[in-house]
Amino acid sequence: MMYNNEHFEPVITPNVNVPGCETIDFYLQKENGYKGLEKALKMKPAEVVDEVKKSNLRGRGGAGFPTGMKWSFMPANPVDANGNPKPKYLVCNADEGEPGTFKDRLIFTKTPHRMIEGMIIGGHAIGSNKGFIYIRGEWFKEIRLMQKALDDAYAKGFLGKNILGSGFDFDLVIYKGAGAYICGEETALLNSLEGKRGEPRLKPPFPAQVGAYGMPSCVNNVETFAAVPYIIDKGWEKYAKMGTERSGGTRLIGVSGHVHKPAVYELPMNLSINDIIEIAGGVKGGKLKAVIPGGASAPMLRADECHVLTDYDSLAKAGTMAGSGGLIVMNDTVNIVEATYTLLKFYEHESCGQCSQCREGSHWLARMFKRILDGGGTQDDLDYIAKICGNMAGQTICAFADAVTGPALSSVRKFRGEFEELVAKGGLKGIGKKESASHKLVGAHV
Amino acid sequence: MLSEKIKKTINGIRHQFPTEQALLLPILHEIQNEYGWVSMESMKAAGEFLNLPVSKVREVASFYTMYRLDPIGKVDVQICTNISCWLNGADKVLACAERKLGIHHGQTTKDGKFTLTQVECLAACGTAPAVQINQDYFEQVDENMMENLIDQASRDLDAGKEVGKSTQKDGEWP
Repeated sequence: MMYNNEHFEPVITPNVNVPGCETIDFYLQKENGYKGLEKALKMKPAEVVDEVKKSNLRGRGGAGFPTGMKWSFMPANPVDANGNPKPKYLVCNADEGEPGTFKDRLIFTKTPHRMIEGMIIGGHAIGSNKGFIYIRGEWFKEIRLMQKALDDAYAKGFLGKNILGSGFDFDLVIYKGAGAYICGEETALLNSLEGKRGEPRLKPPFPAQVGAYGMPSCVNNVETFAAVPYIIDKGWEKYAKMGTERSGGTRLIGVSGHVHKPAVYELPMNLSINDIIEIAGGVKGGKLKAVIPGGASAPMLRADECHVLTDYDSLAKAGTMAGSGGLIVMNDTVNIVEATYTLLKFYEHESCGQCSQCREGSHWLARMFKRILDGGGTQDDLDYIAKICGNMAGQTICAFADAVTGPALSSVRKFRGEFEELVAKGGLKGIGKKESASHKLVGAHV
Repeated sequence: MLSEKIKKTINGIRHQFPTEQALLLPILHEIQNEYGWVSMESMKAAGEFLNLPVSKVREVASFYTMYRLDPIGKVDVQICTNISCWLNGADKVLACAERKLGIHHGQTTKDGKFTLTQVECLAACGTAPAVQINQDYFEQVDENMMENLIDQASRDLDAGKEVGKSTQKDGEWP
C-alpha cells in the first residue's frame, strides 16, 4: 500500500516465507539461481565491476560505501617484492552484531545461495580465487546451514575448479568469529581472520593494498553480496531505478522493539520511518517516543522527526545514519536514560581497548549514565557527557568511538528534559545522594 | 592435552589457510567445544601444535568472550539484555533465571550444572528476548519459558543427555 515506488520488487527476500527456500534446488528451479553467475562469467571482470558501479549498490554493512568503487580499488595484477604474483582475497563480513540488526541471519537461514552466488561473481570481478566467510561464532546453527549450502554449491560445480567450464576457479571457506563486536569493523575482522586479536588497523594501508594475510583484500557485507546476482541477471538499470539517485536497490530493514510485527522487511528507500513503523504493525504498548534508525550506533530520532526518509542521504541530513538497517522503536513508557545506558554498557564491554579515548571514554559514559540513574547525577554531568563525546569522536583508529557517541550525545541533546528531571528527582527511584557523586564516579562498579 | 579428534579436525582444515596462526581461533573453538573451557594446559598444547608461543595463544584467547578461561557449568544460560531484548522484557527473564537458579549472572551453581551469563546482542532482535543455551538459540522467551528451559536442561543433564548442542548432530542438518 505504501510502496509508492512502481519499480520496486523484492531483490533478496521474494520467497523467504516458502518452506524449503534455503535449498539449492529451490534456488535453481524457482529463483533463477546461479543465472547471474553464468552471465557474469561470460563478461570481462571490468564489465562486471562497471555493472555494479552503475547499479548504485552501496555497502549494506553500515558505512554505505559504493560497492563497485570498492571493487575497482583492487589492484589488477599485484606482485610481491620478488615479482611473484600475489593472491587476492574476497571476504564476506557476516559478523552481524550491531544491536537491532538481524537481517544477515535471515539471508543465512533462508537464502544462502544468493549470497554465495554474489561472492563468486565478486571473486570473478576482482580477480580473486579464494573467499572467506567470517561468521559470528554464536551462530552454530547458521554456520552449519552455510556449510551445507557451500557443500551443495561445490557438488553442482558452482564452486571449485573451472566453474561452469569458464576456467575460473573459486573456493569459499568459513571462518568462525568468537564473540567480539569489534570484529565487524573490516580491519579488525582481517586481524581476527589471521588468528589474531580483533583490533582494528590503522589506515592506510587500506585492505585493497594490504588486507588478509598481507594480501590485497576486499570486504563486503552479506546483504551486499546477496544483491549482486540480481544486478547481473536483471541488469543494473532495473536495480538502480528502485532506489534513489545516489543509492540503488532495496534495503533490508530489521524492525524491532515496541512494534506489533517485528521482523526483517525488504523495502524501497523512499519510505519514511513512520511508514516503516506502520508496515511493522505500528507502535505497541504506548505512543511513539524515539527511534534508532540504523543499528545502535545511529543517533536517535524523536517521534516528531520520524517523517524523515530512510535513504542514506536523507538520514545523514537529519543528523543520523542508515547504518546497518536495524530500526529500533521505543514507546513512551521507555526511560531514555535507561535505554541509552543499556547501549553504553554494551559499548563499554565491546571496546577493544587499543585507543585510550575509546577505552576510557566508553567506561566513563556508562558510569555517568548509571550515576544519573542511581540518583548521583548533577546538572554539570549533562554538559560533561557532551565534552567526553567530543574527545572521543574522530580521535581513534576506528569508528567505534564515534559509534559510542551516537546514542550518548543524541539522547542528551534530544531528551535533555528527561535527564534534568532524573537529576532533580534523584534518580529512577528518587533516593539518590547528590553529595556523594564524585566518590561514586571514582569507585563505581558498573 | 589435545585430543586426537581436535588434532584431526585442525589438520583437516590446515590447507585452507595461508598461515599457521589462522588456525588459532579454530583450535580454540574445538577446545572450548570439547572441554567446556580453555585451560592453561590446553593453551600450551595448542601453542605447541601450531608452533606459536603460548603468550600469543593467551593473548588471543583472552580477547574473545566465547573462550571461557575459567571452568563453567555444564549448561551455560546466556541471556541477551541489549536494547531490543531489554525493550521486550529481558530484564524480567534474567531476574527469573537468577531466582530459579539461586545465583547472580556471572555465577555458577554449586552443583556445577548451570552458569548464568548476561550477553550482548545475539542478532535475534526481531524475536526478542533471545536466550542461548550452550549452542542453541531460543527466541521470544518469557519467564514461563525460561523456567521450562532450565527444568528441561536439568532433566536432560540428569539423564546423561547432551544439552544445547541440537544443531551439531552428525549427518543431520538443522
